[in-house]
Amino acid sequence: MEMPRPNPDVLARKQNVLARLQQVLPADAVIHDPAETRAYECDALTAYRCPPMLAVLPSTTQEVSDVLRICHDEGVPVVPRGSGTSLAGGALPTADCVILGIARMNDVLETDYDNRFIRVQTGRTNLSVTGAVEEEDFFYAPDPSSQLACAIAGNIAMNSGGAHCLKYGVTTNNLLGVKMVMMDGCVVEIGGAHLDSGGLDLLGVICGSEGQLGVVTEATLRILRKPEGARPVLMGFDDNEVAGQCVSDIIKSGILPVAIEFMDTLCIKACENFAHAGYPDCTALLIVEVEGSEAEIDYQLSKIIEIAKRHNPVELRESQSAEESAKIWLGRKSAFGAMGQMNDYMCLDGTIPVSSLPEVLRRIGEMSEEYGLPVGNVFHAGDGNMHPLILFDANKPGDLEKCEAFGAEILKLCVDVGGCLTGEHGVGIEKRDLMSHQYTPQDLEAQMAVKDVFDPRWLLNPAKVFPLDVSEQRRSVPIAAE
Amino acid sequence: MKPETEADLANIVADLNQPVRIVGGGTRGIIGSEQVLSIAGLSGVSLYEPGALTLVAKAGTPVSEIEAVLAAEGQQLAFEPMDHRGLMGTDGDPTIGGVVAANVSGPRRIQAGACRDYLLGVRYVDGLGQVIKNGGRVMKNVTGYDLVKLMAGSWGTLGVLSEVSLKVLPKSESIAALAVQVGSVAQAVQTLSAALKSPFEVSGGAYDPAAGHVLLRLEGFADSVAYRVDRLKTELAGFGEISEIEDGETLWRSVRDVSMFSDVEGDVWRISVKPGAASEIAARLEAEKLLLDWGGGLIWALVPEGSDVRTRLGAFEGHASLVRADAETVQALGRFQPEAAGVAALSQGLRQRFDPNGIFNPGLMG
Repeated sequence: MEMPRPNPDVLARKQNVLARLQQVLPADAVIHDPAETRAYECDALTAYRCPPMLAVLPSTTQEVSDVLRICHDEGVPVVPRGSGTSLAGGALPTADCVILGIARMNDVLETDYDNRFIRVQTGRTNLSVTGAVEEEDFFYAPDPSSQLACAIAGNIAMNSGGAHCLKYGVTTNNLLGVKMVMMDGCVVEIGGAHLDSGGLDLLGVICGSEGQLGVVTEATLRILRKPEGARPVLMGFDDNEVAGQCVSDIIKSGILPVAIEFMDTLCIKACENFAHAGYPDCTALLIVEVEGSEAEIDYQLSKIIEIAKRHNPVELRESQSAEESAKIWLGRKSAFGAMGQMNDYMCLDGTIPVSSLPEVLRRIGEMSEEYGLPVGNVFHAGDGNMHPLILFDANKPGDLEKCEAFGAEILKLCVDVGGCLTGEHGVGIEKRDLMSHQYTPQDLEAQMAVKDVFDPRWLLNPAKVFPLDVSEQRRSVPIAAE
Repeated sequence: MKPETEADLANIVADLNQPVRIVGGGTRGIIGSEQVLSIAGLSGVSLYEPGALTLVAKAGTPVSEIEAVLAAEGQQLAFEPMDHRGLMGTDGDPTIGGVVAANVSGPRRIQAGACRDYLLGVRYVDGLGQVIKNGGRVMKNVTGYDLVKLMAGSWGTLGVLSEVSLKVLPKSESIAALAVQVGSVAQAVQTLSAALKSPFEVSGGAYDPAAGHVLLRLEGFADSVAYRVDRLKTELAGFGEISEIEDGETLWRSVRDVSMFSDVEGDVWRISVKPGAASEIAARLEAEKLLLDWGGGLIWALVPEGSDVRTRLGAFEGHASLVRADAETVQALGRFQPEAAGVAALSQGLRQRFDPNGIFNPGLMG
């Protein structure tokens, strides 16, 4: 994976940029010592690292605005960073950039149950948004597996999803408004506690723009009343195709579970060793969860179990207690960590039409043999979002490259069967160069035109999302002397 | 001009040298250029997978055709698009492209989301005649920028839709409608908030001041609906007398289509607000008739012809759009709420990039 070479003009002006930033920020909010900037050298895509030129930790929207205005003046690229949990390298710095970390801005600004929204600063973590409204039995719906650590800022940048989005949608469906600082320092407010845009849906394109259009400092989020209860059922099958058919039959029956999760043998074993959730030993495991009152849950699960029985499951088990449910989910949510105990791994995130599941799993199995690298699959089966985890050994020369080539093949396959490269992790640097497989040059040009409007100089997170050769001309526009 | 294929559409647009008014079924009352570009020739469902909750259709496909295809599998467009014909006094066949271009969503918007939330992918022709695709036909897709959302509600000003793909949902087995007697907008919004704060999945919350009642809708499996009706009645006992209404489906269709304003003289405005502000905003409207939907977050107002509601409202969080008025009034006041300067510059910049020659519904959105 290549990154653009740092701009020597920018590096030469480091002291000048530093001095200007120190004028607008408190001393402890500007990090310039190489020993300390190293802390920002990577995100959760740890295979790639590069310390930034500087890092800043503003505490207010005004400070964010000041930082961006200065960097805009100086022609310095800015890489925004939430909690640094991106699996796609969304917060990977370049040596000539300023990392803008939003972590200090984590206040709750307004909580309004009557109107069902919360307004927060975006450095706040996903789970602590729910934490802020839990005592009134409300919650914030998108639940990425990293929800304990990941920031709302990053959730908005990547349009994060989670296991329960079959029913509740992803970030974009739960985001009502933003306060955003543009690269030139101007502050705009888009959306709010009301529904839908009165003009073009700018909020819709800002969400998922990977920190390339502006820095969102405040967000208005939809909060929902918690359902009376929820309960999962586990079902094991000896055949992926049968499991896939079972998912399709459940959906067609008119029941809309909040989550349908799929795991294959390797993941089942890894998660079972980790969480001891009593997962059965089988080829394909489904976790299906429904919500409502006790009676509603009983009714829905009985219908689901009836459907599952038609597919000869090797295991069919309804959770009997809150404790058991928690264990079942702990197993699933620890899948990445559990696989990580086995070896280094690369996590993919392609989405496929649900009907292509058996074919795609079969092809991944064949490719796994060809490349000689094991793959475990976890999968949001209701919405077709796959997470193949390719195991490799980072210390073995050539293994990372082999793994990346394998990963690219899988993602191309996802596109070829009618799906896409990434369902919820984002493009970042990881899938940047595959974008041309999914989109024509005109398609990419249309997307880049949006960035041209929001950030004409291409200074915000410039080396992400688009293939480097495609964005090169825009990124190398010389900075006019101020 | 009425192309039959996407390629024809692209060729026609590439050769255009004057502005066009883009029309699907022509039911939503857009005025503008005399020159009409109809997408009604691009018609047909191209893919429907009930087990994947996905439908792909050409933009000119009649909504009625899509609803029939879905109904055969017990599914529906959950965002419940409004039929504008009664309100606007138009005829014709509403198209799915028109629904998407106008981001038309009905009463279920508060629970299930808007049209834009169900739009998975688009194909469109930009102002230079290039065919562009964005999104796809899968439910989770963050590959590149989400131009899908941008196209929803862009009223044709960024491009002419040729194909849309949509997430669909199961149709509910059973529906119940409750009426709660209340005496004011403020009481209505309090009642609606209490209902929407409950865990009972209220899928519609409206207020008809003429009838003096708040309307609530519950949907799902029959037993579940019965259970939730009971619980909700208990929860709302202190808010006003509660009764069940027999034909819920018809009633909610009339809310969706704002039927009470059909065949009544006057201009119609649509105002999106924070529900808690609805009472105060409604008072400032000086409306002859009102209908509140979306738990109070959507106000439909019937006002004397030619009156400028926005002046009366002043600054508020939300937006007011002019839905029905004569051409002169629309010309003078503009259909859409003017945006703040910074936001307007972004919108203007996008329109300029997507449609550099200004040929698609120019002036409609600003």
